[in-house]
Parts: sequence; structure tokens; C-alpha cells
Amino acid sequence: MLNNCRALDLTDEKGFLCGKILADLGVEVIKVERPGGDEARTIGPFYRDIPAPDHSLYWWAYNSNKKGLTLNLESGEGRDLFRRLAAGADFIIESFKPGYLDSLELGYTDLVRLKRDIILTSITPFGPEGRYRDYQVTDIVSMAMSGILYQTGDLDTRPVHMSLPQACLHAGADAAVGTLLAYYHREQSGEGQQVDVSLQQSTAWFLANAIPMYELNQIVSRRSGSFRWSMKSSQRQVWKCRDGFVFFNIIGGRTGAKTLFELVQWMESEGYQDEYLHNTDWERLDMFAVNQDVVDRISRPIETFFGNHTRAEIAEGAARRRISVCPLSSMQDLHNDRQLAVRDFWTKVRHPGLEEDITYPRSYIKSSVVDYKIDRPAPQAGQHNQEIYGSLGLSAEEQKALSLKGVI
Amino acid sequence: MVGGVNKKVFEGLVVTSFSWAIVGPLSMKYLADYGATVIRVETAKRPCTLRISTPYKDNKAGLDRSGYFNHFSSNILSLALNMESTQALEMVSKLTAKSDVVMENFTPGVMEKWGITYEFLKNIKPDIIFLRQSGFGSQGPNSRQPAFGMILAAMAGIPNFIGWPGGEPLPIGVSAYTDCISPRFAISALIAALDRRNKTGQGQLLDISQLETALSFIAPALLDYEVNGREPVRQGNSHPAMCPHDVYPCLGDDRWCAIAVADEKQWYALCSAMGKPDLAGDERFSELSGRRRHETEINHMISAWTSQHSAEEVTSVLQAAGVPAGTVKNAADIYQDPQLAERGLFWKMEHAEMGQFSHLGQGFILSGTPAQARTPSPLLGEHTEYVCTQLLGMSDSDFAAAAAAGVFE
Repeated sequence: MLNNCRALDLTDEKGFLCGKILADLGVEVIKVERPGGDEARTIGPFYRDIPAPDHSLYWWAYNSNKKGLTLNLESGEGRDLFRRLAAGADFIIESFKPGYLDSLELGYTDLVRLKRDIILTSITPFGPEGRYRDYQVTDIVSMAMSGILYQTGDLDTRPVHMSLPQACLHAGADAAVGTLLAYYHREQSGEGQQVDVSLQQSTAWFLANAIPMYELNQIVSRRSGSFRWSMKSSQRQVWKCRDGFVFFNIIGGRTGAKTLFELVQWMESEGYQDEYLHNTDWERLDMFAVNQDVVDRISRPIETFFGNHTRAEIAEGAARRRISVCPLSSMQDLHNDRQLAVRDFWTKVRHPGLEEDITYPRSYIKSSVVDYKIDRPAPQAGQHNQEIYGSLGLSAEEQKALSLKGVI
Repeated sequence: MVGGVNKKVFEGLVVTSFSWAIVGPLSMKYLADYGATVIRVETAKRPCTLRISTPYKDNKAGLDRSGYFNHFSSNILSLALNMESTQALEMVSKLTAKSDVVMENFTPGVMEKWGITYEFLKNIKPDIIFLRQSGFGSQGPNSRQPAFGMILAAMAGIPNFIGWPGGEPLPIGVSAYTDCISPRFAISALIAALDRRNKTGQGQLLDISQLETALSFIAPALLDYEVNGREPVRQGNSHPAMCPHDVYPCLGDDRWCAIAVADEKQWYALCSAMGKPDLAGDERFSELSGRRRHETEINHMISAWTSQHSAEEVTSVLQAAGVPAGTVKNAADIYQDPQLAERGLFWKMEHAEMGQFSHLGQGFILSGTPAQARTPSPLLGEHTEYVCTQLLGMSDSDFAAAAAAGVFE
């Protein structure tokens, strides 16, 4: 799909995922780096923990299936080359500071002159206008400003940040949707447009019921750590098991009755008899209304049961009995997971210059007509210069001269 | 940003949706907000879990009174259809014949039980695109395990990255986290599939696993395990390449500011902003390694300063000095955030039961074909008659007979 399209990906780590999604769907995505390579190549961890430009696992993860081109936009000749590339592109994706491309005379109004129906997708921390426009962010700042951080952690101490960057992924994935919406419109109408994506807004887009909770009841959703938020009684959602943790909510009523019934059956089949659990009518249990005594009487035997089982036992039993319970997976658990294996989730990718093939997460799409896969690992800096500049008609000598001048 | 331009990306596109909880509505939003006619099939016999979730308007329960449901469901049509009724499948056939897309996110087995498979749909509409989006995907040992975002986030390993050293792994603050990840991947693939259909005349089945999409949000860590054998370690708010890097207490109840210092320049700027320029010369704190060694001490000094100011003051002083910093915003702050308001994140619309109520808009802005707030979230079955008689062309008497037979309960 989409294999007649070309995107120029000028993003830094704020926008990699957008181009990655487009590339996975078949778009020819050209990752444009400054000569010498993108700053994001220094983001760890690294292959075999050896920092090197082609060893960044962050770079690998979000730039596979893209081609690599080096180009210096700060030089006049570089900008001329970029204009020639833009004239043949469908999408341009960028995450520079607001106004930067305009200052190079490569903003939307300039690009439209080169390609009437161009789609320009801009990913910025807060959008191109407004009071936060020039704020500097890192992931912890974006997560703070978007409402997720406040709700993460325990109430008796400060909020805790997820240690893998997330805001750029919400924005990157949103940018892919926005870009494709614009593309769909272009195919119907012949019109291009701009897609304006903000890390803050894409991340704040989903705060579960926190916004209606505030609007209707003026209740500010807070942190609740291992327990469920907004319950009258204290209800666990993180439980210990023999070799780790299990995530499970006791949900009564029609939504959760089947899981509780099946869990109790499972417990009884292994000799964990409990009269209270056995006699509870799960369809009528309202966890919003129950008192602590009821919660404790239900929780204690379940806690014991989980505590005597391993992650693997719980995962296997829950899948077989169709119970809404999952252990917290380690990375090794995921590597060995039967479900992911059946779905062909992992794939081997050959990296030029490395002796071993690398196991990658393959794709998130199963289509009845297209086989989604990783055709190529993330590019080395300038790996496809010859092919792409060659297609613009630049001879090997001209390319060499431009390279010596630091243009490409 | 809302309204203004009247062009719609999906003008004329018809989508029939069998949805549950959050993944369904968020996926429908991307289509309905850009002009598609999205018909949600639902029933009062077994209402969507969001329709029976708090908070309710005036704390009075009711299928049309849930703030949770109504926040996420603007611009769609609600068709009440009792899937247990004998005429249900015939109605689904009629809907399918008029649809470009059928989408669903039930646990695999539910649609099959009703007789709705890709083969069934394809027989009615050869170029149909059928989008399935379950927790684990349609095949495999876990496929029929009911899943929701909180446990899928655990299955995807996400809490390994959240918590204090030596402490328990914690759920991410929006516990149904994976629910907002999957729709973006699913809809990207769906638009590509629609484009392909327009060009080739061929439909397809798309089978998305929410778990697999969530794993793309920890992809670097998956590779770190594959090539380095490393398992994640919880590290609180510390960062290997930035220090200080934490959340600091400010004036007020549970008010905090996040601060991240990436280099020496930002460190000097922070010291000056705190009124302690001499700290910048303190050798113990020079370079990342020195600051990492004295992180606790540094955090104490910063906290002593931040706790005398509001989070907003700390943010604006530090940002003016070139230091990444941001107020840890709670739901009230987000609700009132001027930047998000200006960009149209929430759409206030009059809803028959909710009154003036904020419906969720979109996370991004298209300049030429912006998302449009057209109609508030539907009452259950609000559009049943409209869909049956106007879109499907049922006669009034057929509609009345089916209604009397309980088809639309």
C-alpha cells in the first residue's frame, strides 16, 4: 500500500515514529540527516553497549524501513538540492523549532510553489503559536505538561516518570494519522495542506475519564500507585506473584463477573477453596460501593493464590481460562511469548557490517493482502545518497564535490 | 479551528462499527471527526461498559449520562440493534451493503458468534475493509482472553519502566494506556487500505493486536534485550544523560514542576535562576557525572527553591532562562490550559442529558480540512430510525414491524 509515495523525513527524535509508520505501510521514506549524521544517533542504549553512530538502538527502533540521505540545509546549495527533492515528494515531515523552515525559505508557502499539493507535517512541543511556543522540552517536561505524569506514582510522594520517552511517540503516531488524512483528502481533491502536531496535545488527548470527572464533579484525578483510583475502599491492581507481579482489577457486575467466576473455578480446581469467594454473586458485586471488609475478604485468598504461582503459570492459566489477568512481562517473557510467536511478531533483520542478524519486533498489522515486514534496517548516514542524488541527475563527481564542501 | 472550513476528508464514507470500551470510540473519532458517517451498533440489552461508567451527570446513573462515554463519542450515529434477535444478521447485511468499512474491537469469538466474519462481509460487499482490533489479535493462544488497557500495558512490560529503585512496578497514570496507542496504528493502516481499495477495487481484512501496537512504544528496550540481554531497571525520575532530572515540589497542595538539565549551559542557567550562581562553579557539580553522584543533594537544593514559588512561576522563570521545565499539570490544569483550548482539544456542545459538555476533539490540526464538531455524543439508539429508513431505505411499516419485534432494543 502507499508504495507510490515519497516522504522526506527531517525530524529529530520527536518525530521518528511518524515516518516509521509511513515506511512500514509502504511509503518510500527518506530520512534526511545533516552531514555526519543525526544527533539522535547518540541516544543510548547501544548495540553491545558500544556507542557508535550506527549502534543506537533508539535509532534502529524508529528508523528501520527508511532510506538515509545526508544534506546540509544551512548551505545554499543544500537548500537548492532540498527544493529539487521536495518537488518530487508527497510528504515532508519535520520537527524543527517553529519558524525554522520559514527562516530558510523552505516553509509551507515556499514548498507549495515547488509542489502545489505538498503535505507538510510539523511536530513541535506545543504547536507553532501561543505562549509555550518556544519552551524547551524533554520527555519528562512534555509528560508533565500533558497531564499523564501527575497521575503516575504514589500519592504520598512525587509523581514518577516513565523512563522510556513517550510523548514523542504519541505525537509521532498522531502525525502519521494526520499525514494520511491529508493524503486521503489530496487523492480526492488534489489539494495539499499542513498537519500541525503538538507533543503536549497528542499526549493529553487520552486521559481516560479525568476530564469529565473534573468537569462534572470538580474532582481532580490523582495518583494511586498500585491501587485503583477513585474507589471508596482500597483496591489492589498490582499483586505479587512468586517471581514478579500480576496486574488485575477486581471488577464486579457484568463487565467483570466472568473473569471472577473463572478465577475462582481455577483456584478451586487447585484446592484453594474459599467459602466467601464461592458464594459471592459476581454479577451483583459493585466495587464502587463495597466496603473495605468485603474487598479484603475477596482479596486475601486471591493474593495467596497469585503468591504461590509464577508469571508463566498465571499467563498460561489466564489465557486458557479466558481470564482478564496478566503478569508483568519481562523483556525475556516477551521474547519467549507463544502468542507473539504464533503471530510472527519477531523477525530477523540483517545489518550491513554486523556479523549477526538482529531480532526485531516485526509489525503491528496483519493484512489479508499485504505482508508487512522490515525490508531494511535503519540507514547509515548517507547510505542512499548515491541512489537518490543520482536520480536527480548528479554525477558521482558532482556528489563528491558537494560532499567535500559539506553540502551532502 | 473548529468549523470554519467545510471540506471533509471522508465525505461520503460509511463505516459500521461494533465497538467496546475505549479503543472503538477513539478509532471511530478519527473517521467521524473528518466527515465519515459512522454508525455504531449497540444495545441496551448489554450496553457498552463506558455507558455504565462513572462519572455520571449529577451523579445519577443512566445509559445516556456517563461522562466517560460522552466525552469520547461525538459525531457518531447510534443504531440500537439487539444482536440476539433473529433479524439482526439481516440488518447487519443491509448495513454492510452500504458500508465501506466494518470495524470491531470485541474479544475474538463475539463477532463469530453473531455470524459476522470477513467471509460473510465479503460475500455481501466484495471490496469491504474489515478492521479488527482485539487485545491480542484474532489468532493464537491468548486471542480469546478478554483484555483491557491496564492488563495489556502490563503484558507489554510498560510498568517495568515506572517506579522507584527497589520499589514496585507501577501502572502508568492513565491506566488503560494501550487504548490510545492501538487506534493510531489501526487507523493509519485503514486509510492506506482505503486508498488501495480506491485504486484497485480490492478490500481486505486488517487484524490489529493492541498488545503488538503497544510494544512499539517500548521498541528500544525490546532491542536492548535482544542485543545486550538487558532487562529494564526502575530508576525513579533519574536519567542516565540528564541531571538534575526530576519533579520538584512547589507552593500549593500537590503542585510540582518537572525540571531537566541536559548540559552545563542549562546547569549554569538553573543555578543563576535559583539565585545561587556560585553553585555553577562548585566542582562537585560539574559535568553530568559529578551531578549524578550528588543527585540527592542537588535535588534538595532545588526543592528548597521551588517550594517557595508556584509551579507556573518556576516554569516561566526557568524557560526564560533556557532550562527545560514544565508544570506537572493535573486534570483541572489541562481542562483550563489556554494553549490546548486555543488549539481546540475540547469541543463544548449541548447534549440532551449532559447539558453543556466537553467532548474530546483531536490531538492535531489539519489546516485545510480541520476536524469538525458536528453533533454531540449520541443517546443510545438515537439514530436507529434515521439509519434504517433514510440510509438503509427500510419502509416505515417494515421499520415499525421490526421495532415491535424487539430488533432495536
